[in-house]
Amino acid sequence: MTCHSALKSLLGGATLALALAAPAVAQETIKIGAVLSATGPASFLGDPEEKTLKLYVDRINAAGGVGGRKIQLVTYDDGGDANKAKTFAQRLVEEDKIVAMVGGSTTGTTMAMIPVFEDAEVPFISLAGAIEIVEPVRKFVFKTPHTDKMACEKIFDDLKKRSLAKIGLVSGTGGFGASMRKQCLAVAAKYGVEIVADETYGPKDTDVTPQLTKIKGTAGVQAVVNADFGQGPAIVTRNYRQLGITLPFYQSHGVASKQFIDLAGEAANGVRLPASALLVADKLPDSDPQKKTVVGYKTTFEEVAKQPVSTFGGHAYDGLMMVVDAVKRANSTEPKKLRDAIEATKGLMGTAGAITMTPTDHMGLDLTAFRMLEIKNGDWTLAN
Amino acid sequence: MAELLQFIFSGLTVGAVYALVALGFTIIYNASDVVNFAQGEFVMLGGMATVFLAAAGLPLPLAAIAAVVVTVAVGLGLYLFAIKPARGASAVTLIIITIGASIALRGAAQIVFDKQFHRLPSFSGDDPIHILGATILPQSLWVIGGAGVILAALWWFFRVTLTGKAVLATAANRLAASLVGIDTRFVVGLSFALSAAIGAIAGILVAPITLTSYEVGTMLALKGFAAAMLGGMGNPIGAVAGGLLIGLLEAFGAGYLSSTYKDAFAFVVILLVLFVMPGGLFGARSVERV
Repeated sequence: MTCHSALKSLLGGATLALALAAPAVAQETIKIGAVLSATGPASFLGDPEEKTLKLYVDRINAAGGVGGRKIQLVTYDDGGDANKAKTFAQRLVEEDKIVAMVGGSTTGTTMAMIPVFEDAEVPFISLAGAIEIVEPVRKFVFKTPHTDKMACEKIFDDLKKRSLAKIGLVSGTGGFGASMRKQCLAVAAKYGVEIVADETYGPKDTDVTPQLTKIKGTAGVQAVVNADFGQGPAIVTRNYRQLGITLPFYQSHGVASKQFIDLAGEAANGVRLPASALLVADKLPDSDPQKKTVVGYKTTFEEVAKQPVSTFGGHAYDGLMMVVDAVKRANSTEPKKLRDAIEATKGLMGTAGAITMTPTDHMGLDLTAFRMLEIKNGDWTLAN
Repeated sequence: MAELLQFIFSGLTVGAVYALVALGFTIIYNASDVVNFAQGEFVMLGGMATVFLAAAGLPLPLAAIAAVVVTVAVGLGLYLFAIKPARGASAVTLIIITIGASIALRGAAQIVFDKQFHRLPSFSGDDPIHILGATILPQSLWVIGGAGVILAALWWFFRVTLTGKAVLATAANRLAASLVGIDTRFVVGLSFALSAAIGAIAGILVAPITLTSYEVGTMLALKGFAAAMLGGMGNPIGAVAGGLLIGLLEAFGAGYLSSTYKDAFAFVVILLVLFVMPGGLFGARSVERV
């Protein structure tokens, strides 16, 4: 390369950089941030979420963007570390100057990022589960997934329909299991459910037969509920069948992935769980208002990502669509106007259900969005 | 009665795994004074390598043998490239090296395999065997039986073969052993290979019951180490007794007391034993050192 051409390319690069930094261009794109746990222990959440966001931002842009404006997605990987998440959140607000945030794969990273977005007054749509994210309601914080409390309610509702009242509860001592156990104990009375046995196991335990034997021996137990996610429930399910317990067995939406069925094997048959309609997309009746949305997402994701759809990527889809919907209605990308528009979201069909936000409800889902599934022959089916 | 039997079955299955990990600790400790905290990773490697080789199309028995070979190679590599160059370093330094190796192996497994949990098919089906109202999985019998066979084989190796006796001699006094013509470096290398093989076999036997992933080794190393301490570090019989005892303690603790304090219960008993008998249950009969 000659000296002249080097100088020329250098100049060219500088012009390009200037052009990118120019406010005229920046105003035309809609800058959305995402801090996700794409690697690390929560990667089974963050990985499909990241893939979903990139996939749909590309598609929206290819189709001409939102109201003629392209979306620019800025993603960071926190590896499941809450401190990193907070640093990235600050960067999104101060340097990247995003107008809205979709992300936060876990409850831990979400809670760490909340103060940043509240201070900066930028709308934050979290993809994590725990109810504490939206209760009490914070002005700029929203979330897309169902909560652990709703899972308990859906299960208890199903128990009531089957006239079962006395249950044995077995829960993991990790974050999700412990939180869900608390929620289940709190709402049991409302559904007339009595928890007659309450056992726990550690996140790395490989054998839960003693706890299950104890529940089996408790007088009056009519059903068993397992509150946990990850590999624990697979082991509990296998132990359950080993002990030959024939009572109805419930799991939470924390096992709503194909991996659970693979790990638990034959033992998974007969397990009931509340989950998003996404898992049974093909089996929904055509009259179901959610069918079009969930089948569309499932087909697109599986085609591009070459992996089975999980409800977690669906949460990211819902979050992105909420922002897109809000930009259209507000006809603006000013963060405060976006917030107001998100809070006014009405009947937006997502993979988790129809979303209707109010100033007192920043999740916007009710129990009808949850489906009761039963595992039959190694696949999800709609119960009842 | 059925409950008691169920707790015993549960305790023996889990305990047999702890016992095998503890045996691995013991063999390396005897030959080299190194407490090898990468022992849990041998168990992980055995299970994970079998899962992935089987998925690649190898029949299960072949995949299992290949996995043991791979793990033995890793064990030898650990000795040749990490422990041997640090010859003469203090015990603490050597322990830190093995902890580093365990972290490195976990990281490598994450990249070579993946971060998901996996399950091997059970060797003889999933139908539980009913005994007096309690149930036990055929795979549990494989685990308990496997531990028994390995213990017997070790006994034969140490008592009958010349190489085994060389290991015992090195354990008793390395200097004296090398003076009578025993290649102590070979003996130490052999003990790493042996420990790796035992760990890998444990990992394969137990993977159908407990599932396996890149990080299952951590907890097993902790429990196996506790078992080795309880039985008396360096004593193979003690290692097995310690492992089974901890397994049973956990099962009874979770069943009769509270599942919340299951882990704490086992560790409290270990602490008590070590306070009363600092050498562990079988410590008095362990090798004396000068």
